[in-house]
Amino acid sequence: MKALAARRHDRRAPAVLLLLALLLTGALYAVLAPTSADAAPAAPSADQVETGEKLFQANCATCHGPDATGTDAVPSLVGVGAAAVDFQVGTGRMPMQMNGPQAQAKPAQFDEEQIAALAAFVASLGPGPAVPSDEQVDPALGDPANGMALFRTNCAMCHNAVGAGGALSQGKFAPNLWETTPAHLYEAMATGPQNMPVFNDATLTPDEKRDIIAYLDLQGEDAPGGIGLGSLGPVSEGLWAWVVGMGLLIAAAVWIGARSS
Amino acid sequence: MSTTTSAPTGGQKAAAKTADYLDQRTGIGGAVKEFARKIFPDHWSFLLGEIALYSFVTLLISGVFLTMFFVPSMNEVHYDGPWPAMQGVEMSEAYASTLRLSFEVTGGLLMRQIHHWAALIFMAAIVTHMMRVFFTGAFRKPRELNWVVGFVLLILGLAAGFSGYSLPDDVLSGNGLRITDGVVRSIPILGSYLSYFIFGGEFPGHDIIPRLFTVHILLVPGLILALIGLHLFFVVLHKHTQYPGSGRTNANVVGYPLFPVYVAKAGGYFFIVFGVIALMGATMSINPVWNYGPYDPSPVSAGAQPDWYMLFLEGSLRLMPGQTEYVLFGPDGWTLSLNVLIPAVVVPGVLFTLLALYPFVESFATGDKREHHVLDRPRNRPFRTGFGVALLTAFFILVLAGSNDLIATHFHMSLNDITWAFRFLLFLGPWAAFVVTKRICLGLQRKDRELVLHGHETGQIVRFASGEYIEVHKPLDAHERWLRVQHDAIRPVEIEPAEDSRGVRRTGYRLDRMRQRLSQVFYEDRIEPVTPAELAASHSHGEHDALGSDQEKAPAQLLGEGAPTGGGRRLRSEDETDADGRNS
Repeated sequence: MKALAARRHDRRAPAVLLLLALLLTGALYAVLAPTSADAAPAAPSADQVETGEKLFQANCATCHGPDATGTDAVPSLVGVGAAAVDFQVGTGRMPMQMNGPQAQAKPAQFDEEQIAALAAFVASLGPGPAVPSDEQVDPALGDPANGMALFRTNCAMCHNAVGAGGALSQGKFAPNLWETTPAHLYEAMATGPQNMPVFNDATLTPDEKRDIIAYLDLQGEDAPGGIGLGSLGPVSEGLWAWVVGMGLLIAAAVWIGARSS
Repeated sequence: MSTTTSAPTGGQKAAAKTADYLDQRTGIGGAVKEFARKIFPDHWSFLLGEIALYSFVTLLISGVFLTMFFVPSMNEVHYDGPWPAMQGVEMSEAYASTLRLSFEVTGGLLMRQIHHWAALIFMAAIVTHMMRVFFTGAFRKPRELNWVVGFVLLILGLAAGFSGYSLPDDVLSGNGLRITDGVVRSIPILGSYLSYFIFGGEFPGHDIIPRLFTVHILLVPGLILALIGLHLFFVVLHKHTQYPGSGRTNANVVGYPLFPVYVAKAGGYFFIVFGVIALMGATMSINPVWNYGPYDPSPVSAGAQPDWYMLFLEGSLRLMPGQTEYVLFGPDGWTLSLNVLIPAVVVPGVLFTLLALYPFVESFATGDKREHHVLDRPRNRPFRTGFGVALLTAFFILVLAGSNDLIATHFHMSLNDITWAFRFLLFLGPWAAFVVTKRICLGLQRKDRELVLHGHETGQIVRFASGEYIEVHKPLDAHERWLRVQHDAIRPVEIEPAEDSRGVRRTGYRLDRMRQRLSQVFYEDRIEPVTPAELAASHSHGEHDALGSDQEKAPAQLLGEGAPTGGGRRLRSEDETDADGRNS
């Protein structure tokens, strides 16, 4: 003990202790901290709500107001539910980077715990759609064929036939859906962010939402026919026909037409 | 065909015997002899029409394959196949067989994609070839009729593309058919009857796919094939045009014989065209119908557009303000849908009529009845070049307007602003393009004049003993000069007065007056090519005394290299000229 006591005042001790403490906290956090997906079913703790409120006052209240009731230009957050917060903050759309036709997605500004806290706080203001469970958004459990039919009837007119995105009026747009996580897809349907209509459980049942997620899970740049050309339809095909096809053929014509010397 | 080498091998003997057998029974030897000696001029732009021909052959080959598996039927079936997003979905047999062709038939998807890329290339090649013919004036007498044949081929190409595009019975092509239905219905009085006639009842009905199939695989390709035959027959009959140059006249064709040079070049080019199309079909996805789903009249996807050659129609419809729909003669009267009729019938009607009739309008304005086999340089016909660029600009603006949603998303712009910008540009753009192109053409002609009169600038400044500075100009050689002085400057036609000497009004004066006005529009602004007298004068200015007066009357092309130039002073001796006639 004496030897240990003698070494206690090593000048490196505080740094080592701090490092150990950080590691321990990190490890505990990794074990105990809930992920955003399974955070939702668990009732948010009062602690979480309190943290969320602090985050809200510091980052969101400037526009949405200290009581989150919004203004004429900014929506009230009472009753939007945890799902709306998880989508808007989780995709980086909120806090909004700049005013414009619509909020743009960007790398998320908060970590999962903070987002969960914010969501808990906003959910505590009034009842609204909750963050879906992992099972609710698992593409493997959905029926892509039914999802295709539902997507074509409800989504494709803005998001393009396979979710490649499309234009709306006045600079607004429906984004590409290929990189969106299943949970965010579900939340978008449930809460109707930006210019999107709300597809509540009466319009699209949770199972149908999962079918749509299953359909979108099959889409992307990989096309059976080769390079997908953005899945944008005949305009990009026409552009490539001129650039690649006519470009190569005219180059070949110039080569053949050149007088041999 | 017949091989005449000194020591014929077995193979050559067999070939000779076969050729002889054929010749004795068909007299083909004469035709082969005639064709083998046929001369074609050498220029890459003369191969553009061949792209169209070869992509059409590619279309025929891949199309035959597709007909083996495609089922042109609108009967309802439920899909059962490897594509998970369609499992159990109700669809027409046409769509189901297209999916089978894509996912289950070996090589089916490759053939489908080759067929579709070939169709896009076919239309692109027709348009490019037509641009070459237009801008070089290859449509002038005696080739006006062949221009019309080519124009009809363009329209048939559109018809082939459109009918084929609609066959898979997917949502995207169904949207196209719905637009067609709307366009047909917008035709006053006849519209609804025509729509019922085309679709065999209310849209979409059960007849349209089988009908389009017949149109697509029999009627249109048959007509195209026949007209291609006529088109090529005219090329042989008229002989090929050639670009201007020394030694090339309206009475000769300078180039290489068909056999062996052009057989090799053109034959090889077929494989290049086929290869490029096959490469695109193998690596680039086109018309992925499984993305769009089976046709159902209710959904429309974002980014629903036709193939590029129909995109101008889509753009025209997108630009038209929607308010111009009127109900005439009371609430139960006639609906006049100007919002569809104008953009989808009148606008393409105007563009295509201008295109088809241009050779006749130009010949009326020019008053020229001579045959032309030497092409124009586009700069020497500023009105025509400007007009062609204006027409292309209008087409291009409509194509962009048809893609306005993609422009909006890709460049982060407002769809509404883009649409408004294009509404104005459709009227201002072609006009601006015409003015700018015409000025560029006139400027290039002035540059040609300058070159012919003074030669190339060399950047060498010489000071004379007297203290005078001049820049040395290198004279043009005879070939360079000929290219720049060979054309006629067409002047507006002059007409006889309205009344004769006794004051009697002349019949036909009004038509003549119209022709004169049109001719003034075409040819009022012009740059005259350098005349021999001008050339001689420019060479002698500053040294008038030294030059004999007889030289001023010598033709321009006879004044070869070594003629005094450069401020009238001869600064290079003739032995500085290279063997090829160019000054080094």
